[in-house]
Amino acid sequence: MTDRIIRVLVAKPGLDGHDRGAKIVARSLRDAGMEVIYTGIRQTPEMIISTAIDEDVDVIGLSILSGAHLELFTQIIDGLSRHNRDDILIVAGGIIPEEDRLQLKEMGVSNVFGPGTSTQEIALFIKQAFNDQL
Amino acid sequence: MESKSKSNWIKNVLKPTIKRRLERKSNFDNHSGIKIDTVYDHDDSNSSTLGYPGEYPYTRGLQPNMYRGKVWTMRQYAGFASAEESNARYKFLLDSGQSGLSVAFDLPTQTGYDSDHPLAIGEVGRAGVPISSLVDMEILFKEIPLNKVTTSMTINSTASVLLAMYIALAKKQNIPLNQIGGTVQNDILKEYIARGTYIFPPIPSMRLVTDLFQYCAENIPKWNTISISGYHMREAGATAVQELAFTFSNAIEYVHAAINSGLDVDSFAPRLSFFFVAQSDLFEEISKFRAARRMWANIMRNQFGAKDPRSWMCRFHTQTAGVTLTAQQPDNNIIRSAFQGLSAVLGGTQSLHVNSRDEALSLPTPESAELSLRTQQILSHETGITDTVDPLGGSFYIENLTDQIESKANDYIDQIQNMGGALGALQQGFQIKEIHDSAYKIQQDIESNERIVVGVNAFQTKDQTVIPIQRIDPNQTRIQLERLRKVKSERNSGEVTRCLENLSVAASNTENIMPIMIKAVENYATVGEISDTLRRVFGEQKEFSPF
Repeated sequence: MTDRIIRVLVAKPGLDGHDRGAKIVARSLRDAGMEVIYTGIRQTPEMIISTAIDEDVDVIGLSILSGAHLELFTQIIDGLSRHNRDDILIVAGGIIPEEDRLQLKEMGVSNVFGPGTSTQEIALFIKQAFNDQL
Repeated sequence: MESKSKSNWIKNVLKPTIKRRLERKSNFDNHSGIKIDTVYDHDDSNSSTLGYPGEYPYTRGLQPNMYRGKVWTMRQYAGFASAEESNARYKFLLDSGQSGLSVAFDLPTQTGYDSDHPLAIGEVGRAGVPISSLVDMEILFKEIPLNKVTTSMTINSTASVLLAMYIALAKKQNIPLNQIGGTVQNDILKEYIARGTYIFPPIPSMRLVTDLFQYCAENIPKWNTISISGYHMREAGATAVQELAFTFSNAIEYVHAAINSGLDVDSFAPRLSFFFVAQSDLFEEISKFRAARRMWANIMRNQFGAKDPRSWMCRFHTQTAGVTLTAQQPDNNIIRSAFQGLSAVLGGTQSLHVNSRDEALSLPTPESAELSLRTQQILSHETGITDTVDPLGGSFYIENLTDQIESKANDYIDQIQNMGGALGALQQGFQIKEIHDSAYKIQQDIESNERIVVGVNAFQTKDQTVIPIQRIDPNQTRIQLERLRKVKSERNSGEVTRCLENLSVAASNTENIMPIMIKAVENYATVGEISDTLRRVFGEQKEFSPF
């Protein structure tokens, strides 16, 4: 166990403007005691990678509803890997079909939270994953 | 002895009853914060001043005989993968009895990037159909004569480009422009507030909007030049009251902009149209639609002095609420959407889209899109709700709710006017914050089970139903990219350059941009090239008030 505050980047990759979920998750993780940076919409993979590294986050939460998740997440995960930042926990949410979820998990996304997930469940998952890592 | 008045009844009958027959909840406020009473009677409403359908203030409906004359237009929003596949879906929907088209464009098209732009990677054909050049548009409407359908296009920052393509296509089909009808969404203000597909800053964006108003008034009289949308703000979290208040505040901003650009109010106001959601609270939604008509009639007649009754009419499209769809127990979504569609019809909508059961998972399959259309046809042909106008008019509850929604929304509009109107409030992040706060409260209410979502926080099942979903064939993206490459290599590039230079000049001064835009697309200048030209003149807008 640790008292260090978990730092989370909530990011909206791609051209998708649906930010209701991302903002709610960002606020709820903040309420759950984490330090949260929200990127705003229309972020390129490069922007997300550089913000994550500059802000030294522990977790990246990617939210996307446009259907571009496979392509964009691949770029983000590869980019983090190139910067030797595979240690950052990646979670995702949005409109993501079941079969894509399995593929995303194989790529290194720790969890995909679909529609209807409670914010408490997301906070709990992150806290547990973070404690397990230590 | 029976009670002689509501107050007597409350004292002698209701209160003693509640002591032994406890109420389910301590608070029956609805989501707009309106207190819902046990029962309503004459004293709770002013239905004596209601008026009649087809007359100011149109509370009861825009047409005197409403659906007895013609039912609403059944217009299912569709578009995906490629122009070819979307064209096939449109023909399928038209063959199934749909009465109008509604085009969903992919995000690159909506944000002014061609399919081959680096920012388009992964997005081509995903949220809608990719349209980069007039060639794509020709395929999209292949074998669909533009004088036989009306077409609604959900397009905003690039609305003038896509409308220019539609006009160019009509010319190619030899159809006179006064015979084509349809709508462009063209509502940039709600993009800044909630939907996110803006490109340029507000001032030049408003100029594109009013250029389009003027061009259409003079050239395509049957075109709805804007669809001022509460839908997306509500989907982002707004309440019903906020939906009306923010929509009409935006509408007031557009009317001011058009008048300031030199247009007479009655020259463009009859072609303004609206777009609302049909959410789950049945009576609140019906009342909202009725309040919307009355509010707009008052704004246009009393605030702007419009003389033409058509300028007072709040004509609107309705779509059921995407945000209420659940990934859990997806068939439940059929039931939700049917009830929501019912509220839109009881509220007197001009056109309707009913969402599909699978849309919390992906775009709809042809089967589920057909089921949505069938839902509309059942509402129209089997329920009998189309046989009389405003069947709930005079209901004590409905009239009371209509009055309260109107009054609360008007208070909000006053507040926004005091902040300098919709744009002034937007600069302060006002609407964005209000919507987010409402959204956060809804989420908390769901997590505390204050608000029940069947299949999500109550009545869950262990078995996860797996339903087939619509996949996007990656080959379609390759076809699109190949076609774009071919267009760019075969067109007259000197002519394209000249068109884009002319566009740049027009953008820098005050001449109407539409004729130059049409010339450019006719020469196969692309959405991306035209948008880039305008980006260089207008600049780009950053997100308002990031969270």
